[in-house]
Formats: sequence, structure tokens, C-alpha cells
Amino acid sequence: MPIDTIALEKAIKRAIPVTHLEIEDQSSGCGDSYAIVLVSEAFQGKTTLARHRMVNELLKDQIAQMHAFSQKTYTPKQYEELQAKGSS
Amino acid sequence: MFRTSLFSSVRVLSRAAPSSLVSSRLTAYRFLSTETRSKLEQAVKANPVVLFMKGTPAEPQCGFSRAVVQILDMHGVPSEKMQTYNVLADPELRSGIKEFSEWPTVPQVYVNGEFVGGCDILIGMHQSGELETLLENNGVIPKIEVSPEAEQSSPVNDKVAA
Repeated sequence: MPIDTIALEKAIKRAIPVTHLEIEDQSSGCGDSYAIVLVSEAFQGKTTLARHRMVNELLKDQIAQMHAFSQKTYTPKQYEELQAKGSS
Repeated sequence: MFRTSLFSSVRVLSRAAPSSLVSSRLTAYRFLSTETRSKLEQAVKANPVVLFMKGTPAEPQCGFSRAVVQILDMHGVPSEKMQTYNVLADPELRSGIKEFSEWPTVPQVYVNGEFVGGCDILIGMHQSGELETLLENNGVIPKIEVSPEAEQSSPVNDKVAA
């Protein structure tokens, strides 16, 4: 059963506070490959590994059905800095 | 959470109970067998860098695995300090390593027995410079001393900042 972006979004938003979320379907529509950018206060004080483990855990069922899953995780502050850097 | 609690009870059992009981319990819960677990424990510690990937470094079978191979290569990780495992060649390894690392995807990188991460994390650490530091601190690659003279004598960058 293919995963859709709405299911992913729901699963994430149910579990943690989300400041910003981008979900990109990289599978050309078959739903087995996703890349996400996730900005959340929940990542505060956590290493990248811990953040990814957290996302892996909350999307456990969905990831198990995918071929590829890629994630970028930021705190709101990090994301602001990133945006500032990108636009300057 | 469910999984963690079961695992911890299994660990306690393995100390106290005969191995046959443990393995039958493990089979009953369809968890990683004690044998596979101990094999993987040895494997991740057997070399300074251990990479579980799809395909081989010469012929990666997946873009994410290829990216990790290229990053490690770029940092000059010597082949004698790195062991790679092709999970496509071994279904037990493929499912076992995911459970062992509690990480749902392949590739997976270990440095001195510690799980570092998958492709996203390796790319991020490569870009931030953390990977170089990690490899240096673990004695995988030599530290590069940047002397002030070397920096001064480097050719003037003719690129103009935008």
C-alpha cells in the first residue's frame, strides 16, 4: 500500500509540535520514496542522530513500507538562521 | 516503546537463563536471534569503520549507499580500516542490522563500534566538518595540522564574493 503525504503529515503533527514541514514525494508518484524537512521545537537540545531516531520512531510503520526516506531536522532557531543565510 | 521493554527483558533473561530458553523466546517474538546479535556486535567492532550498504563500494546498488561510499572515500578512509557488508547478499543481515541498530534504513555507518547514522546524517556531518573530526579523533584518518605559513602561502582566491 503506497504512503501518501497526508498520512505522513498527520503522523508527524500528531506526535510533535511542528513549526514547518515540507514533504517531497521523490518517487514520481508511486509513494515509496520521500524526503522531508521538519522544523520543530521538539528537536531542541537533541543531536541529529537523536532527532532522526525520533522521526524514524514516529514514522516507523510508514518507513517500513518505503524504499527510501530522507530527512532534515531543524529547531526553529536553526531554521531561521538557515533561511537568513540562504537569502543573504 | 513496546520493543524496548521487550528487549530489556530479553537481556536480563540472557544472563540468567540457559541459552536454549532465550533463543526459543526470541524466536517466539520473532526478534533478532542471540546468534545474529552477537555476530553483529562483533562485526561492528571488528574494524574502525564498518559500513552496511546495498551492493559493494565498487558497485553500489543504491544512490544513498553510493553517496556514503563517496563521502568516506573523499575523506581518505583507508580500505584496511573499513569493512563493508552488502545487505542485498544476505537477507538475514538486511533485516538483522535494521533491528540491531534500531534504524530503519540502509546504508548504516559505524565508527569504532558506535552507530553514526545513515546517508542524511553522513552528508550533514560531512558538510559541517563533524565527520572529519570524528574520523580523526577515532584514529581513522590522520589529523592535518594547518600551519599559519601554509595558509598564507596558499594561492590568492580570485573568486569575488557576491
